[in-house]
Amino acid sequence: MTYALEIKHLEKIYKGGVKALRGIDLTVQEGDFYALLGPNGAGKSTAIGIVTSLVNKTSGSVKVFGYDIDHELTRAKQQIGLVPQEFNFNPFETVQQIVVNQAGYYGVPRKEALRRSEKYLKQSDLWEKRHVRARMLSGGMKRRLMIARALMHEPRLLILDEPTAGVDIELRREMWEFLKELNASGTTIILTTHYLEEAEMLCRNIGIIRAGELIEDTSMKSLLAKLMYETFIFDLDKYVNKPEITGYSSKLVDDSTLHVEVERNQGVNGVFEQLTEQGIKVLSMRNKSNRLEELFLKITEENKQKETANA
Amino acid sequence: MLKMYYTALKSLAIKETNRYLRIWVQTLVPPVITTSLYFVIFGNLIGGRIGEMEGFSYMEFIVPGLIMMSVITSSYSNVSSSFFSQKFQKNIEELLIAPVPTHIIMWGFVVGGMGRSILVGALVTLISLFFVPLQAFSWVMIIVTLLMTSILFSLAGLLNGIFAQSFDDVSIVPTFVLQPLTYLGGVFYSISLLPPFWRAVSRVNPIVYMISGFRYGFLGVIDVPIVWTLIILTLFIAVLYTIDWYLIERGRGLRS
Repeated sequence: MTYALEIKHLEKIYKGGVKALRGIDLTVQEGDFYALLGPNGAGKSTAIGIVTSLVNKTSGSVKVFGYDIDHELTRAKQQIGLVPQEFNFNPFETVQQIVVNQAGYYGVPRKEALRRSEKYLKQSDLWEKRHVRARMLSGGMKRRLMIARALMHEPRLLILDEPTAGVDIELRREMWEFLKELNASGTTIILTTHYLEEAEMLCRNIGIIRAGELIEDTSMKSLLAKLMYETFIFDLDKYVNKPEITGYSSKLVDDSTLHVEVERNQGVNGVFEQLTEQGIKVLSMRNKSNRLEELFLKITEENKQKETANA
Repeated sequence: MLKMYYTALKSLAIKETNRYLRIWVQTLVPPVITTSLYFVIFGNLIGGRIGEMEGFSYMEFIVPGLIMMSVITSSYSNVSSSFFSQKFQKNIEELLIAPVPTHIIMWGFVVGGMGRSILVGALVTLISLFFVPLQAFSWVMIIVTLLMTSILFSLAGLLNGIFAQSFDDVSIVPTFVLQPLTYLGGVFYSISLLPPFWRAVSRVNPIVYMISGFRYGFLGVIDVPIVWTLIILTLFIAVLYTIDWYLIERGRGLRS
């Protein structure tokens, strides 16, 4: 089976001896929407850097749609589009110049590149700004420009390194929709993000890197299934004292918001019953959206403790 | 695959050309003004008192050297500053992630350096027409020396850009190496006027060979044999090309 990305025993030791990657094995299937998570300095950007030829690997192998970066680098590069974390376009060039030139580097003839620039700049809501120098764009526009640039050669694998960092909520939602559509049309997407809600919302599979090791590589569904409890938020009618909820761990965040941790097989009926008994009215209830965040912290903490115990 | 590489080269060459045309006040105007001042001061005012050199008026004698000087400076500084800026702003990554071979990256920058230096050379030649009529002894030699010199100094500028870590590093070599070598390379005088010792020392300076070959193309007079001009140019181009290629291929200062 040909994977969109196949990484085997990937190691990176920087000058000075810092081990950024310690033998990572990772596969991403064609058509997948894959999240790569990890704390700062875990090795996510190094791994992406190696796949996209911006970082030299120490050992191991990387294949992109079956093309080995050691032997068929040109073919491998043609398959990838990269949206890096930092703005890395020439701020003095116009929006259209940036995307058309980038297409040219991939061998897209100028006439075709101009046609595609219309398509992708319109899709990114930047067509009206095509003659504007990139430095004049707002932060959100610059992010969209980087995505449009990465799509100009119509890659089969799109890698986004924290694409929504510093982007406002409305724009972030728009970008999510756009990425979902792109994935639905067949483009494999790998995403690194600090917004775990984003990964949960978009991705089907997930890998967690910590200290250069892949400590989790599974489907989002089975990862979330590992979550033994979930936190629910109860909006209460104005209440002054903390309600007594036996059998549950609860916390009164303010005088009308109650957080209750509910174990998987426990159910929420007991909470309602006890609140009703105490004459407390529940105005609304929702689950805490950052379930993945809780799990992420739990997994990385467990891994850390394991390492300490082994040491 | 060749078509893809051609498109990539064309895109990079267009990008580089747009760059120096966009900032024409910085890239095209200063060398034209500087050289015009040389024409007025050295050629017209002082040159009138110097008399003939190698059978030509002093003004006629210095024109080829001054054109060559602007070609050398423009090709070098165009590539060194463009490559370093792209490194500094990280937009060199646009090229590094794309399927563009190192040879194409190098030629893209060299074409930019050649374009700017030939354009500046043409403007300086136009200015010179206000002072002396254009004469050409060998158009072939003019074109060959011009093209090879602009390639050589574009490659030298690229080497500077690869090693540079700050904007200071980009200006150190032109100020402390290139300018002295050019001034001592026979722009304003014939090497044959020097005492034997200094004449021998001057022959170590590669720019002497370029100016001599270029002046031969215009006036038919030489300081060193033409064959040596061509050998030195070819040798330096080959050596610089190999070093540049090796460093970019290894990702020196580009990949961690």
